Amino acid sequence: MATVAPATPSTPKERDWTKPQAMAIPKEGYFKLQDGRYGPVYPRTPACYGFTLIAKIKPGREDAIRAYGKTIEKAIADLPEALATLKLHYLRWVLFDIGKDTYFMYQGIFDTDFDKYTEDAVALFTKLGVNTTFENLEGFPEDWKTNVPAFVKFVREHQCPSFLEYGEYPFVTADEIKKALKLKAAFADMLDLMQ
Amino acid sequence: MSALQQSHRISRDPTKQSDQSASLDLDDIQHFLMSRPPARAARYEFLAFKTGSEGRAWLTGLIDKVGTASVVGSSLLDARWVTVGFTWNGLQMLGVDDASLATFPEEFRQGMAARAGVLGTTGANHPDHWVGGLASPNLHAIVVLFARDVAERERCRQEHANYLKQRDGVKLLSALDLEAIPPFDYAHEHFGYRDRLSQPVIEGTGVEPTPGSGPPIKPGEFFLGYPDEEGPAAGLPQPETLSRNGSYVAYLRMEEHVGAFRDFLRAHGETPEQQELIAAKLMGRWRSGAPLVLAPDKDDPKLGADSQRNNDFNYAKMDPHGYGCPLGAHIRRMNPRDTAVNMNRRKMIRRGGTYGPPLPEGVPDDGTERGIAAFVGCASLVRQFEFAMNVWANDPNFHELGNERDPIFGTQDGTFDMTIPKRPIRKKIKGLPAFTTIRAGAYFFLPGIRALRYLASLSDGL
Ligand code: HEM
Repeated sequence: MATVAPATPSTPKERDWTKPQAMAIPKEGYFKLQDGRYGPVYPRTPACYGFTLIAKIKPGREDAIRAYGKTIEKAIADLPEALATLKLHYLRWVLFDIGKDTYFMYQGIFDTDFDKYTEDAVALFTKLGVNTTFENLEGFPEDWKTNVPAFVKFVREHQCPSFLEYGEYPFVTADEIKKALKLKAAFADMLDLMQ
Repeated sequence: MSALQQSHRISRDPTKQSDQSASLDLDDIQHFLMSRPPARAARYEFLAFKTGSEGRAWLTGLIDKVGTASVVGSSLLDARWVTVGFTWNGLQMLGVDDASLATFPEEFRQGMAARAGVLGTTGANHPDHWVGGLASPNLHAIVVLFARDVAERERCRQEHANYLKQRDGVKLLSALDLEAIPPFDYAHEHFGYRDRLSQPVIEGTGVEPTPGSGPPIKPGEFFLGYPDEEGPAAGLPQPETLSRNGSYVAYLRMEEHVGAFRDFLRAHGETPEQQELIAAKLMGRWRSGAPLVLAPDKDDPKLGADSQRNNDFNYAKMDPHGYGCPLGAHIRRMNPRDTAVNMNRRKMIRRGGTYGPPLPEGVPDDGTERGIAAFVGCASLVRQFEFAMNVWANDPNFHELGNERDPIFGTQDGTFDMTIPKRPIRKKIKGLPAFTTIRAGAYFFLPGIRALRYLASLSDGL
């Protein structure tokens, strides 16, 4: 177990988006222990920052969780900017069975270190009802609305760090992608105008 | 954050107070975060208790001298104002039991020195180099004395020294004397910046926020036991007698390298006007106090001194690219205003003053330590103070800047830059030097008056 952690390869110079990159990550989930406000900080990889939470659901709650898919779909349709603060790329919600138990997997990929905006995320999740879904998970703190540290502890205890992450266009942020697409659209418009 | 010249009073006019104020227990809350007495001198004493009983005996004799929010500011005759706070180790020493100690938040239990990694206080700012014994687990209490003038401070110093002579088991670890720097007609610090222009107003105090300062903030953001911006008070340390009406403060003693600061201005500006502009870009305000957003090209001292105008600006609408106020300037980091979310949950009340003699203009640095010794008051250190340190001051990628930290007090070692947006091409200052060094720091809990009596009444463990 006691392997020497290699230096993180993600120095800015190597952040070349034209060169696909893979990164193997030590078992702890980080290369060098770096204190965040709520615990160790996980590194940025070619696939950005991210988390993978896996938790067992309370028996009989599968339908309730599935139903929240629709709730959140509508929330975002009504307010597309709702999650902007989190600088997300993607969220994935998955339910799967192991034996008789059902598990919930929540995977998020984003551009800011989660530790930094933890309270903002909790506030947002509360507003959107994401946490209400979490109430269907075993061990989720009942006082999560007012107890950020307990919420964070639950998240950290259920976080399964990746041991490999890959990026086809490594380290590119969602903002950069959106800017590039905007530029492309502007160019297309310009070419149209020049016809 | 220089010493205290401006009096900041709570309105006694009941018609001006909202319903919430009825519940603000001004007789129980220490005045410290609530009102700013007109002091020109101060002294902070850092104490260690040899035994719990000696600590309690000392506290018993002091409680009546502690200024409450209802008393301070009500009499112009007052000449000195006392505040008491404890570290987590101090609460333990006084006899708070383990179950109760465990209900205090993690960051307070660990103490500021142990949080260096979170705060970004590394290198020269690291607790290993701190002075006055503040990084030591023996630091138990602080007494903050604000005095109308130096003579009154000296009288109080003597009085407390005499009191300590009778209390063998209470040791003075270290102390710091503070004096306002002249001219006394406005608050400013050693670099010459006008200070105390932007501060949160607490709902229910009847104080009117100046234009641009936003609505009053719920008292629970600063005092335990009141509704905060998210709703009713929750998760208070137990028992409630101990936590109610209390606040946390983060103390920082920050040396200001005035010589290095002035050399830097000279190196980056040929004319005095250019040097003033560089100083303004670092802070986000001209030294007169005029905000760059409102006065981007030329200083406007009248604006700087006018409290009805000098805080009336935002960033997203008025200066989105930072052509006036750079994205990384001190005030744009410490309060990003409309360019950040949930700002009302990140507010801090600043208190403190300047220490050390001012360095006269045109004189090389004399090597004497001078700076600001300040407190940041809040209801949650991890959400308010530590967030400001971790994200706003020391995250090199804040606002996607890439390789920058707070130019005034971020941890600087010559490897970080400062971008000054400008048309057509932005200017980048490479390898910013450190203008300040953190020389000491600690987390304290400032209990309410009932809580002080509760602490004084405890006994040693069973
Ligand atoms: C030697 C170190 C420091 C110096 C010289 C300094 C100086 C100043 C000055 C001159 C201002 C402008 C006046 C005003 O807007 O009220 C200011 C604003 C401010 N500072 Fe500092 N400061 C220092 C450290 C800190 C620290 C440690 C914190 C908190 C962690 C802090 C938080 C703030 C905040 C919140 C504002 C108000 C920003 C706004 O609302 O626009 N400062 N500081």
